[in-house]
Amino acid sequence: MCLALPAEIVELKPDNDNAVVSLEGVKKEISLALVEDVDVGDFVLVHVGYALHKVSVEEAKRTLSLMAEAGVLDEEVAEFSQ
Amino acid sequence: MKYVDEYRQKDLAKKLSLEIVRQADTGRQYNLMEFCGGHTHAIFRYGVQDLMPENVHFVHGPGCPVCVLPVPRIDNAIELAERHGAIVCTYGDMMRVPASKKKSLIKSKAAGADIRMVYSTQDALKIARENPNKHVVFFAIGFETTTPPSAVIIKQAQREGVKNFSVFCNHVLTPAAIQHILQSPEVREIGSVSIDGFLGPSHVSSVIGSQPYNFFAEEFQKPVVIAGFEPLDVMQSTLMLIRQINEGRFEVENEYTRVVTPEGNLKAQKIVSEVFELRRTFEWRGLGDVPYSALQIRPEFSDFDTEKLFDITKSTGRDVKGCECPSILRGAKKPTDCKLFGTICTPENPQGSCMVSSEGSCAAYWSYGRFRIDQVSKPKKRQKAKVS
Ligand code: SF4
Repeated sequence: MCLALPAEIVELKPDNDNAVVSLEGVKKEISLALVEDVDVGDFVLVHVGYALHKVSVEEAKRTLSLMAEAGVLDEEVAEFSQ
Repeated sequence: MKYVDEYRQKDLAKKLSLEIVRQADTGRQYNLMEFCGGHTHAIFRYGVQDLMPENVHFVHGPGCPVCVLPVPRIDNAIELAERHGAIVCTYGDMMRVPASKKKSLIKSKAAGADIRMVYSTQDALKIARENPNKHVVFFAIGFETTTPPSAVIIKQAQREGVKNFSVFCNHVLTPAAIQHILQSPEVREIGSVSIDGFLGPSHVSSVIGSQPYNFFAEEFQKPVVIAGFEPLDVMQSTLMLIRQINEGRFEVENEYTRVVTPEGNLKAQKIVSEVFELRRTFEWRGLGDVPYSALQIRPEFSDFDTEKLFDITKSTGRDVKGCECPSILRGAKKPTDCKLFGTICTPENPQGSCMVSSEGSCAAYWSYGRFRIDQVSKPKKRQKAKVS
């Protein structure tokens, strides 16, 4: 029930506050009633048919590099967190 | 899947695991409560426990939305369909949760009641528009993540002048439940449940922000780390908790910064406060009556409040005899302590709420074979186990 996945906005539907998101190629219309300032290309957390929050790209990378710091920062991870 | 796969990488998991082993002080135990069923699910599904040293334990909390709803409220929903002839719509996980008299929504549906599973509150309103001669009830359950969609739909129904739609509100609040657990006799007096820190909710926090937890950290002197739902998030957050515990700190830290901000989603909070207000008290399965732990619909929207529109009988239904869900939800017992576990109670034939949803502890134990590990002696070098 708490399942919420980050999906990319691929189309805005200005008439009814909805957007089409794509997740692994599957497209779905969701409501944007709960978020502000989102645009095509943004990632949002989708939960029970609503975008719940925008996913921050910078923070997503920062968390990964923090995780990497915990161990030996090898090339693979370094490349990934750039 | 972007922003998902990255947080499941095996090599990073190994490194985190080694770092946790290195930092965890062998002279002490670390009991970390994950409040959310989403974390419980991730811990089991990806075998996170097996990547932990022996002295780091996860205590499973009550944050599984279908698990905490008490039997009487499900009886009420069934009554709305069976006695009042309403079309009752709800999220899928709710359908198989046992009610009293061996009933459930799905069994009542099979017996002819009009009960429908919906993906979104938008679908429920659509059903109302398509069935103008019937009353449509949305059986709303869940924590702060499902509350905003319920608020949106009530406002939308009012705006569109839909007359045959209402919401049966069962929304509950996370901070109230955490506080209740910390004040419970098991934690405070008996000491049968010991909690050294919390893995804070992911998606709930995306709505309410990280600020509401500051109170616990200070008042109860327990560290809180808001953790994402992916296995690496859980591990990173565990490491952050261990560090805080080692250093004697009790702060609110946020691991899930890609979604959670200190103030949360202000737009969603505003919509919720326009439509809902605090309920004086609400019964939780496992926790009993918890003051100010749930929401009700404001009088301005009473035309859309199922509880105002229908005369609902007060049910005294109780859990199946022998079901230990209440103690499990408080972190006081494990699924394997229940005599019905795996014998009479399985995911195919759940006797209690904790066996229904994949976020419930019993279902997680059963599906991912945790009980087998608990029964056999624990392997020594647990950090060598794999993440799949
Ligand atoms: S195994 Fe079934 S009956 Fe036992 S506590 Fe879990 S849900 Fe309840």
